[in-house]
Formats: sequence, structure tokens, C-alpha cells
Amino acid sequence: MLESIFREIILEHYRKPRNKNPLENPTVTVSMRNPMCGDEIDLMLVIEDEQIRAIGFTGQGCSISQASVSMMTQGVSGRSVDEALDLEKRFVALMRDEEGASEDRKLGDLRALQGVAKLPVRIKCALLGWNALDEAIKAHRKSPTGAMGEKLEFEDLTELPAGFDPTTHREDLP
Amino acid sequence: MRSGWLFRPPTRSIYHPNSVNPSETASRTHQPALAGQPESPLNMAVVRAEFPILDQQVHGHRLVYLDSAASSQRPAVVIRTIAEYYAKDHANVHRGAYELSVRATRRYEAARGKVARFLGAGRADEVVFTRSTTESINLVSMAWGRANLGPGDVVVVSEMEHHSNLVPWQMVCEMTGAEIKAIGVTDDQCLDLDHFDALLSEGNVRLVATGHVSNAVGTIHPVEEIARRAHGVGALYLIDGAQSAPQLPIDVRAIGGDVDTFSGHKACGPTGIGALWARRDLLESMPPYQGGGEMIEEVRIERSTYAPVPHKFEAGTPNIAGAIGLGAAVDFLQSFGLETIHAHEKRIARLVLERLADEFKAITLYGPAPEVARGGVVAFTLADIHPHDLATILDHEGVAIRAGHHCCQPLMRRLGVAATARASFYLYNAEDDLEALVGGLHRAQELFGI
Ligand SMILES: Cc1ncc(COP(=O)(O)O)c(C=O)c1O
Repeated sequence: MLESIFREIILEHYRKPRNKNPLENPTVTVSMRNPMCGDEIDLMLVIEDEQIRAIGFTGQGCSISQASVSMMTQGVSGRSVDEALDLEKRFVALMRDEEGASEDRKLGDLRALQGVAKLPVRIKCALLGWNALDEAIKAHRKSPTGAMGEKLEFEDLTELPAGFDPTTHREDLP
Repeated sequence: MRSGWLFRPPTRSIYHPNSVNPSETASRTHQPALAGQPESPLNMAVVRAEFPILDQQVHGHRLVYLDSAASSQRPAVVIRTIAEYYAKDHANVHRGAYELSVRATRRYEAARGKVARFLGAGRADEVVFTRSTTESINLVSMAWGRANLGPGDVVVVSEMEHHSNLVPWQMVCEMTGAEIKAIGVTDDQCLDLDHFDALLSEGNVRLVATGHVSNAVGTIHPVEEIARRAHGVGALYLIDGAQSAPQLPIDVRAIGGDVDTFSGHKACGPTGIGALWARRDLLESMPPYQGGGEMIEEVRIERSTYAPVPHKFEAGTPNIAGAIGLGAAVDFLQSFGLETIHAHEKRIARLVLERLADEFKAITLYGPAPEVARGGVVAFTLADIHPHDLATILDHEGVAIRAGHHCCQPLMRRLGVAATARASFYLYNAEDDLEALVGGLHRAQELFGI
């Protein structure tokens, strides 16, 4: 089970993250942190003509969050905004363990993270970078010319394991 | 020393269907002590048999609970006491003219007496029941702080405080214009007492608030000395005893501070109950913290007079069952003796520190050396494995540890790390738990190719 999570490729991205460098002139910068566990990233993008021309990040965190954001930057770099959102949807499906998601070839290396879907408390680690990307694209859509230099700050406060809905959860009395 | 009723075997039916009898637990968990080390003064088989929750498997392994600094587990006697109270004696306290309420009130107040004795307080009316350490500190910062602090005044905390003993002081300083200063930390995570002296000599210090034992790295601070120096400049001294009351003999009068506080849930008691001890004259001089029922003497529309201490600080229906459960918890701890528990903690902390240092080249251990006063908390990082990854991997070996900033972000900044892994050992932890931790850390290294 753990072998399916701490796979070589994940550790490789953790130890040698791709695109882990700040961008000079990003059109949008999003800082996303999880105050509970201390994981944090600053994600920077240059979006022009609806294309992600450049992407970089800084920050620190566990192997799952860092590998996921590293792979994410690889996956969306040079793509259109719509393609990035499509990849995000596919990745979220993978984390939800949805049918077929683990065979989705469009996810590429990201499929290595499928084991995380079996660890509800760690799913939010894998989603940290994607949440940042999502906020970045939202901000871009609001102001397509870009909010140069201004950093948008977010906190990921989800504490419940993914998939847990307290309004439908039932507990048996002893 | 041990009274019989405390050690009735856990009632099987309601609380823990799978509980085994103590002799089974003994044969399964007993391990010889490490060579050359003195045995623990505690009989582990007896202790563990009291904790039904420990008798379970997690991810196919024996549960090894190493997060008692966050919250300890409950002995069966506490669970039973609470259930029996609700089953037999419950009514609201301090107001009934009938048998049940009299019984509930007597049990609630008897619990106050137990906690007072546990803390070495001279009198039961110096003990206020609160929700927790956090609420106790907020009570003092709001009740005392708002009435006594003003611009130019200084509150001294330390760089290694739990956020619970930092944020309430920040809040009251913001309200009153007082200033907050922090005692620095030495390279081995002790309080820098020279720096403390320097802060005191800068003047206007009205209150000093520090922990007794660090929850993040285990340091035991010299509270008697801090009290002496604080009083030397006429300042009050509040001790955050959240980590000390569970594992050290506490004698608030011998320590000489003005306020001490702890949480039930870290000391084998229920969640949602804590105790605040303060010198009686200080308690009397403080205005109430919350208003409501139970804390009044006479109420008119315009104004009211307040009940005498400690009731002045217990507005509303209190956590009666929690207090009674806490009374059972301190009885339980005292049945072993806090000296004995402390000796056990000291011994196991030394074993853990030595074993981890021996076994893992790539480990970084935080906190003072075993020779220096320290409690049962061991904080570490291992190679480049993130503490959260360590916690996940250990969890799959049945070992529960904590990873993160341990509510001590300023200390983490001082240590230059975002997070550490923390294993905290309590009276029910022994060498077999240490070995499970070691095994889990080896597994982590293997997974990370180290
Ligand atoms: C040193 C210290 N102070 C205060 C607290 C707060 O305790 P509680 O959350 O029970 O109020 C803790 C527990 O986390 C602690 O370890």
C-alpha cells in the first residue's frame, strides 16, 4: 500500500521539483497554504492570450504536495487555460478514485499519485498546488490583463478528509 | 497505596467489548528492558490493562499511541466514573433542594478538592473549573489583564510558548496598549534566563507567562526560579501547566507562581474540562470573566453582585461530569504517584533519545540532552523525509505520532524548520513502543530509498 504512494517517481519530483523557481514578471501569483500542516506554495504564472506561457513555484511541504505541484506545472506549462482546467478536472477525478481515472493517459506522470486516493487525509496535500492553479485561473478570468506583482493569498482550511460529508454521515450507537 | 476500586478490571460490556484481562495484556506486551537500563518503576502490565483503547490493532499492527502530549488516553476508571455519574447521580449543581442535586453537587465539589490536592493548592476554593488550559489562560488574560494592564505595561512570554499561552496575551495587549516581549531560547531549546533578566530590567513588567514543560521539545523549565525573578520586579507569574501536571509532581505553593493551569484530557481525564489554580487573593481581586447563572449573588436589572470565588468564575452550568471524571483521573495518576510517573518518563525519554541517535545517522533530535530536565516528548526530523510523510508511514505500522508545528510556530521559526515529527511517551508507553517507532522509521527510510 505505502509502496503505491511513495513511488520512485514521486520521490524524484519531491527531491528534484520541476519549475521550482520564482518567475520574474508573473501575470498572476497565488499563495496557498495549509496552516494546519504548514505546507505552502507560491504559484506564479504568465498567462497571455489564454496560454500559460510560463509557470513556476516556491514553497515547501511533504512529498505528496511537492511532487503533485511539480508534476502539475509540467502538465500545464505551455497549455491553454482550458486545457489546464481540463487536466485539473481529470486529476480531481483521480483523487476521487473515479472510474477510469487511473487509466486516463492524459494525466501522464500524475497517475503516479493515484495511491493517494486511498489515503483520505492526504488528498488535500495532493490538491494544494491544484487549488492554487484554480484560484490563479479564476483571478486571471476576472482580470485578464493580470494583476502584476500582487500576490493573492489563500488558506486551505479543509480539515475533513476528502469525501466525508458530516450532513450525511451516520454513526451507529453502541 | 492503590485503592481497590480504581483497579477493578474494565467492565467489559459497555465500554470496551474486546477488552482482555490484565494477564493476557501482560504476556503480550511485556518486553525485557534494554540491557543495562534500570527497569521502569511502573508495572507496565498493570498500567496498560487500565487503558482499554490500547488493546486494538491499527492497519494490522498493535496500536502504539505516541501522541499523549496532544491528548492522553483514558483509563477505564475515568470512563466508568463518568458513565456511573450519568447513570446514577446527575442533576444540575448548586441549586437543587433534592437528593440528586445534592449528590451531584457533592461529587462536583469533591472533584475540586481532588484537583486542589493534586496541585498542592492550600484550599479547594483556589481551583476554578474551566474548559481547558486555553480557557484558563484566556480567563486570566481577559479578567486580570483588562483590569490591570495599560499603555507602557509589559507582558513577558517566551519564544517557545504554545499558541494558547501567546495569542491571549497578544489580544489583551492589543486591547489595553500593553506590550508583549518574549524570552529567547538557547540553542538546546532551554529558556535563556539571562535574556529574561534583561527583559525584566527593561522595566514595567506586570506579568510573566511561560509553560512549565515544552509540548514541542520536552524542556522542563525552572519555574521556581522564574517565579522568584518575576516576583523580584513585582510581576505576577502564570504557569501553563498543560504538559507538566500530567507527568510531574506539582506543588503550586512550593513553586511559588501565582497562577497554574492544566487540561484534563492530557492527564487521563475527559476533554472539555480543565483547571485553573490561582492564589486566593488574586482570584478575589479579579473581575469575572463571563457573566451568567451560578456566578452571581444578587441580580438586579442594572447590576449584580457576584458569588464568592471560585464560583464567580464558573458562569453557567459547569461541565459536571467532566469535573468528576477529572477527579477520577487525578486519583488514578496519584495511585501510581507522580514521582513514579515522572521517573518513568525520564527513563523512557532517555532510552528513546539514545536509541534513535544510535540507530539513525540521518536523524536530527530537538530539545535538551537527556541529562537536562525534560519530559516524555521527543521531537525529530529524519533525513529529507517530511514529518507528515513520516506520520503517514508510521500510522501504517500502527504507530501514532504527530507531525507539524505543534502550535509553536515561533519556536519552529527559531529552529529553522517548518515542521517536526513528535513522539510523546506517557505512563502506558514502554520499550516495545520505542521498538515499534524504530521499526517504522526504518520502513520510512526504506520507502524513501535511504
Ligand atoms: C504547553 C501547552 N499549553 C497549552 C495547551 C492547550 O491545551 P488545550 O488545547 O487543552 O487548551 C497545550 C496543548 O496542546 C500545550 O501543550
